[in-house]
Amino acid sequence: MASYSTNEFKGGLKVMLDGDPCAIVENEFVKPGKGQAFNRVKLRNLITGRVWERTFKSGESLEGADVVDLEMEYLYTDGDMWHFMKTDGSFEQYAVEKKALGDTIKWLKEQVVYTVTLWNDNAISVTPPNFIELEVVETDPGLKGDTAQGGSKPATLSSGAVVRVPLFINQGEVLKVDTRSGEYVSRA
Amino acid sequence: MAIDWRPTASIETLRERARLLDEVRAFFAARGVLEVETPVLGHGGSTDVQLASLSLEATTPAGRERLWLQTSPEFHMKRLLAAGSGPIFQLARSFRDGEVGRRHNIEFTMLEWYRPGFSLDELIEETVALIRTVLGRDPGPLRRRRYRELFREGLGFDPFSIELDALRQLAGERGGLDMRDAGRDGCLDLLMSLVIEPELGHEGVDVVVDYPASQVALARRHRDPEDGEWVASRFEVYLAGLELANGYDELIDADEQRARFAEDNAARRQLGLPEVEVDRRLLAALEHGMPAGSGVALGIDRLLQLALGRASVAETMAFATPNC
Repeated sequence: MASYSTNEFKGGLKVMLDGDPCAIVENEFVKPGKGQAFNRVKLRNLITGRVWERTFKSGESLEGADVVDLEMEYLYTDGDMWHFMKTDGSFEQYAVEKKALGDTIKWLKEQVVYTVTLWNDNAISVTPPNFIELEVVETDPGLKGDTAQGGSKPATLSSGAVVRVPLFINQGEVLKVDTRSGEYVSRA
Repeated sequence: MAIDWRPTASIETLRERARLLDEVRAFFAARGVLEVETPVLGHGGSTDVQLASLSLEATTPAGRERLWLQTSPEFHMKRLLAAGSGPIFQLARSFRDGEVGRRHNIEFTMLEWYRPGFSLDELIEETVALIRTVLGRDPGPLRRRRYRELFREGLGFDPFSIELDALRQLAGERGGLDMRDAGRDGCLDLLMSLVIEPELGHEGVDVVVDYPASQVALARRHRDPEDGEWVASRFEVYLAGLELANGYDELIDADEQRARFAEDNAARRQLGLPEVEVDRRLLAALEHGMPAGSGVALGIDRLLQLALGRASVAETMAFATPNC
């Protein structure tokens, strides 16, 4: 991999730090009046999701990380691993560990396309689409006619996620949900 | 991807910028300070180890020559002072390679002015008055902060007397990086940037004075009245955590200036940095004689950023470097 100097650190660039692949979040050039220049850099560790803040001397460099984001369709789980398939027509499959799935585990639905992040060809994280349609498998019975705002109740979705929904929603309905906030958007 | 051709500042901001630059000119006109324009290109450049100069080759009457894009208009303006110009100011395009960020742009506008006969204190007063004019509001009281006091209060050690190894360890811990090979000033610069600077200028205008003699740049030195330690006769002005201006009791001694240029270039060789052509015409002007006095350089884009409440200097310029 190529290496990148601090002045090439742009948001999204993938680099290696302390043995882990990281994505640059923010890069601030700092320089006191007449003094030496530094870069204050925020990086997201792509394995743990944690954000690190580090200072570098301007001009220092980091090794690039072989990280790619690929679109993949979710197929099934065998209980141990979760299996995804590339959507480029190659039918190539990747097995993903539970650790790499993280919170996405509660947004999994067969045939939906996810973004799978590969590092050296191993899946390290999975990002769900921003919006997903899921069926309500369990909630208190709906209140007829109560379509006005105000009042909500928990509903368990087919993927396992629990979201707050309006009182008029019934079991068996399909809902559109925002996976970033975990909030109900509308009936699908 | 669509090509981003649009300005980095809104047209409304550019109108405000023009209006504020008019106010800067009116400020100096009222004080009898002459506006001058000096070249962006020069035969010499800044030797300062911390500044990366850009240069180009041009065909001149002397043939193919290397010319340096000026990192500030200082050398040309000092030659005008030596020629008897009296007080002068300039809004000068200046260039510093590699400096891009929220507060930096490779090409920027420096408001620089010189006051023959002014003490550093008189120039500090005038600098704060200029800042007040451009801001259009009272930035709060002026506080003089001594460099070593800031370190004693903010970090609990004396920056002049601390052992180098202890300083390296402290700087490394604060910054989360390896400073074991760093020099004294490198460590102090890091701590200044990370710890001290962000806290400055929130209750008024903080003016930092009495810098270590090793950070003298092109200022004179004087003895610290407290313990007779040599300190640099310069100041920096901070507002809202931003460094706005850098002023000197100007060095006017040609031999001392020549020695500092040579030291800088020696340090450059040691660090593997390119040497910069020394400005011989400036040295000749100093030999002829430049009146004693004070001068200051103020990053006008940053002041406009504060005055207009923008998030970065890029938003005060028609086209910032990434978009130029």
